[in-house]
Amino acid sequence: MSAAGHLLSVADLGADGIEEVMRVTDSFVEVASRAIPKVPALRGKTVVSLFFEDSTRTRLSFETAARRLSADVMTFSAASSSVNKGESLRDTVETIEAMGVDALVVRHAGSGVPWQVAGWAPSVAVVNAGDGWHEHPTQALLDCYTITRARPPADGPRPLEGARIAIVGDIRHSRVARSDVLAFAALGAEVVLVAPPTLLPASLAGWPVSVSHDLDATLPGVDVVYVLRLQRERMTEALLPTLREYTATFGLTRERARLLPEGALIMHPGPVNRGVEIAAEVADAPGSVITRQVANGVAVRMAVLYLLLGSGVDLAA
Amino acid sequence: MPRDLAPGRPLSRPRNLLIRGGTLVDATGSRPGDLLVLDGVVVSAGPRVGSGPAGTVVLDAEGALVAPGLVDLHTHLREPGREEAETVESGSRAAAVGGYTAVVAMPNTEPAIDSAAVVRHVVGLAEGALCQVAVAGAITVGREGRALAPIAEMAALGVHLFTDDGTGVQDARLMRRALEYASSLGVVLAEHCEDASLAAGGHMHEGEWSSRLGIAGQPAEAEELMVSRDLALCRLTGTPVHLLHLSTAGSVALVRGAKASGLPVTAEATPHHLCLTDAAVAGYDTVYKVHPPLRTDADVAAIRAGLADGTIDAIATDHAPHAREAKEVPFDQAAPGMVGLETALAVALTELDLPPHEVLALMSWKPAAIAGLAARQGRPLAAGEAANICVVDPAEEWVVDPARLVSRSRNTPFAGRRLRGRVRHTVADGEPVVVAGEPQR
Repeated sequence: MSAAGHLLSVADLGADGIEEVMRVTDSFVEVASRAIPKVPALRGKTVVSLFFEDSTRTRLSFETAARRLSADVMTFSAASSSVNKGESLRDTVETIEAMGVDALVVRHAGSGVPWQVAGWAPSVAVVNAGDGWHEHPTQALLDCYTITRARPPADGPRPLEGARIAIVGDIRHSRVARSDVLAFAALGAEVVLVAPPTLLPASLAGWPVSVSHDLDATLPGVDVVYVLRLQRERMTEALLPTLREYTATFGLTRERARLLPEGALIMHPGPVNRGVEIAAEVADAPGSVITRQVANGVAVRMAVLYLLLGSGVDLAA
Repeated sequence: MPRDLAPGRPLSRPRNLLIRGGTLVDATGSRPGDLLVLDGVVVSAGPRVGSGPAGTVVLDAEGALVAPGLVDLHTHLREPGREEAETVESGSRAAAVGGYTAVVAMPNTEPAIDSAAVVRHVVGLAEGALCQVAVAGAITVGREGRALAPIAEMAALGVHLFTDDGTGVQDARLMRRALEYASSLGVVLAEHCEDASLAAGGHMHEGEWSSRLGIAGQPAEAEELMVSRDLALCRLTGTPVHLLHLSTAGSVALVRGAKASGLPVTAEATPHHLCLTDAAVAGYDTVYKVHPPLRTDADVAAIRAGLADGTIDAIATDHAPHAREAKEVPFDQAAPGMVGLETALAVALTELDLPPHEVLALMSWKPAAIAGLAARQGRPLAAGEAANICVVDPAEEWVVDPARLVSRSRNTPFAGRRLRGRVRHTVADGEPVVVAGEPQR
């Protein structure tokens, strides 16, 4: 984790940090297989999930992880909070900090909010659970974990050396894509972004990626195809003409999935728009590791919380 | 240097002053000398001016420049409507501390300054101000871009600058009519150049940083489209146009070309656009959110070049105070704007490779002419002129401390920055409103 004791960006971790999280994750995957999948590592610690944007999946994943570590869990959701009564973000954060909590797991529709929270609550470990279009570092960690553990050992010093990963879809608005690009590249993978120009960021200067607008031509050469969720409101912003055209050109249809090489992995951060960015049969096909991503998410988040709050506690207990 | 006043006597503000030991700098050049002001008027400037009558207040100008007071073309005083952020009085005090003896108050108040009644109200508020407050009027009713505001009625009350600042007039036909209508009134229309459809939803400059940070951007072209359109309308109507806060290299190039072809166009740039870039947003500190947004290194270089070669006529602050609550929110929800009155001169002296008299030209006599204030502001330091003066030590270094700003708001992007050049005294209409850096009321 970063020196400041937060996990805000994948860039805070670097390759060594990502590998450390993955090693610790292995032991928590083992914990999950026990009859009672719980360890006392964070007993007495309080983890608050501070969700200003609906995300049942990510919130449940973090809360399950915290409970399996025996932490006390508090849930703050914007819908039922004083945020709707006009309280400033800073006041909300300072109020929760004053209650004496140990970690804030922050999800917000505004890019950068976890950085602001970390500045206002210096005594608390802040975990970015997704900020706007910017980053979603625990998603990238669970994606790295899922890929490395599903593939044969790498042919280089870094765990994704030689792997070729296509990220397909709405890169422009995707926090998953921004974190995944950083993480995959740090671990040695070759990353190609596949999207219509309107769904790419305005500038890719400094991004360790190549770009393609032709999914059919890209698929035969990849080891992993990572399909992003398409938000339906993109049609109203003149970014796409119709959903049908998007599916026809960039959807991972059944026909297109046949272009993938033997053993290629199919991934998606969820929730899946079946029939839009990915066909239902493809999401459930043998190469799909989408449910494994969800399962690994809990173990990865246990590892992150453990490394931030509980290092030094004996996991064998 | 407060004077003793007998208790019970009405406050009489000293109007007899001797500013001693400095270098006099104005549009005519610079020379060492003293300045004697009697009853608000300069009576003598030069090497031997005498000591004045008994009770004359002496202001020390050793090592300092004595110049016409600064004039800000672009100040948001927030009153009426946003008094928690600034008032006419607090903003005028910040202006005086920054060396300004006149500011142009922008009309994007609540309600907007779009009628004779609101103009009269703000003029009334300005009676107790620490500097001259010229009121700018809106071009369109409510700054909504739909119907012309009563420009002639406001002009009759002395309003010289008209703008919908905060937004540009989007409808080209309406802007054309406004220019034509204004052409007989001797006033100036000023534009906030931003094509609303292209800039829509953008919270910072669109480019490498916005892409990395996941913040919706607005491209430089959103500004340049409207600069380009307004230059065309200026050509069509022959009416002068002033372009507010230019921020892109493309805008500077367009204005340079327009001036070369003889169009009656003037332009300003802010202190922040001449030294800060979009990289400042990397930590998501909302103090760096501003419209137009901070741009790239190449844009900063172009703004500086434009100031140096006269393409850009003036440095204007776009002083935009905001209460804490308006900034302590997610970046995409934060109010855009930065305070600037108290740091502008020091930023310009520190950052620009220009001699002080050129910086003063950009901040005093040139903007005074654009604002229609040249009868009493930016005047030569000579007998018979109104005493609107600032005394600045160009070598004094200081560190910007937001807690010490006299503005009601603290949203300065220069917190902690070491600057060179500090205002020592400000004399507004003969009254020493700031002495040794301290406001006197």
